[in-house]
Amino acid sequence: MYPVKYHKATSIADAVAALSAGDDATILAGGQTLLATMKQHLADPSDLVDIRSIDGMAGVSAAGNVLTIGAATTHADVAGNADVQKLCPALAELASHIGDPAVRNMGTIGGSIANNDPAADYPAAMLALNATIVTNTREVAADDFFDGLFGTALDDGEIITAVKVTAPSKAAYAKFAQQASLFALVGVFVADGAGGVRVAVTGAGEDGVFRQSGMEAALASGWSEAALDGVAASEDGLMSDLHGSADYRAHLIGVMAKRAVAAA
Amino acid sequence: MTTINMTVNGKAVSGDVPDQTLLSEFLRENLRLTGTHVGCDTSQCGACVVHINGKPVKSCSTLAASLDGADVKTIEGVSNGELHPMQQAFNDNHGLQCGFCTPGMIMTSIDMVERYKAAGKDLTSDAIRAELEGNICRCTGYHNIVKSIEDAAAKM
Ligand SMILES: Cc1cc2nc3c(=O)[nH]c(=O)nc-3n(C[C@H](O)[C@H](O)[C@H](O)COP(=O)(O)OP(=O)(O)OC[C@H]3O[C@@H](n4cnc5c(N)ncnc54)[C@H](O)[C@@H]3O)c2cc1C
Ligand code: FES
Ligand code: FES
Repeated sequence: MYPVKYHKATSIADAVAALSAGDDATILAGGQTLLATMKQHLADPSDLVDIRSIDGMAGVSAAGNVLTIGAATTHADVAGNADVQKLCPALAELASHIGDPAVRNMGTIGGSIANNDPAADYPAAMLALNATIVTNTREVAADDFFDGLFGTALDDGEIITAVKVTAPSKAAYAKFAQQASLFALVGVFVADGAGGVRVAVTGAGEDGVFRQSGMEAALASGWSEAALDGVAASEDGLMSDLHGSADYRAHLIGVMAKRAVAAA
Repeated sequence: MTTINMTVNGKAVSGDVPDQTLLSEFLRENLRLTGTHVGCDTSQCGACVVHINGKPVKSCSTLAASLDGADVKTIEGVSNGELHPMQQAFNDNHGLQCGFCTPGMIMTSIDMVERYKAAGKDLTSDAIRAELEGNICRCTGYHNIVKSIEDAAAKM
């Protein structure tokens, strides 16, 4: 790794100041993506601003049927949290299958969403649950947040502080993991909740996570596996790589969507 | 440079390290605790797993500078005079061949058994295999590792 300067931010104001003072300062959360990227010299920040010790950044709270999950909450803590398990068990289940136990003890929900890897799990949940991404300056609907491969609506130096999720009446996530990386080859999150019936697909799209409107319409008129029978996922815009061709991924979207509907 | 103070295997340690120093480097090069192995350095293999504040993490993917005040346990810290039941079980069940992956396997497995026991959940061999997703062994084919963990779980 190239030399870097480490800052442990003690408040949002402190983090904002450190981010604007550095030449090319970057937020550090669990480091499970960023440090690997720095080792490969794909990222070369001048400064790392660690946001994990800021008061209120980690932890979950529930008010009525709304969950607020701090950006620095680890995958293990989301998976094990009683409020998440009660109000949105599908999200706890999803978190419990991200990577491996050691990754889940360090990786955070904010880091995963900010990174928007096209095969990451949380982005699909955020879209399907119509979640709100809360930053130090504003609130952004998930629909307006994810923007192509590794792209988001975040401005330079903008810090995700939390995500807000309203408990759905039904939801489930089905993931077909790529065995070596543990990321989704195809993952489908289905939900019937605040945003209506939604189906979000990760791992498959050339532009990252997306909503499958044909399946949403079919499920809105009747929530059953059979409702998906006539809806073929198109292979247009899907990724083809050594792990799977676009038509294979299209097929998997159908299979995973049915499994998720059955599990919800 | 950052001055870090942490507790490693129950002892207070400190060091001045460049900010980009990984925990694995700090343990191996500054503290000469070479039981923590680095297999891949890309977060895939789990040979470098240690416990930070009681939780297993990959020390190759953690900055030492971020751990000021932390309580770290490495493979050197698990036995207390005699082998830990997990170490003994790997020994008894031929759970290793070259031994390169073993420190990480042991650190992951101790947490696994303790976590399942605390939650009152049954640690089936399928569950063990799923829990080992982040620990790669190029020698054993995993069978004897699973057997070792089942054996230790009965004794821990
Ligand atoms: C072996 C392995 C397996 C994995 N498997 C999966 C998997 O199955 N599914 C999956 O979804 N992911 C998987 N991951 C990725 C993992 O979930 C990462 O933890 C996550 O993508 C990044 O989170 P982090 O907290 O580690 O962020 P970092 O690595 O610290 O940061 C990632 C990026 O987000 C930015 N960032 C971090 N926090 C914030 C914030 N609060 N506001 C704004 N920007 C921020 C950083 O600047 C950086 O650009 C895996 C990783 C590994 C190493
Ligand atoms: S050396 Fe850390 S995971 Fe391989
Ligand atoms: S015993 Fe050789 S890598 Fe596992």
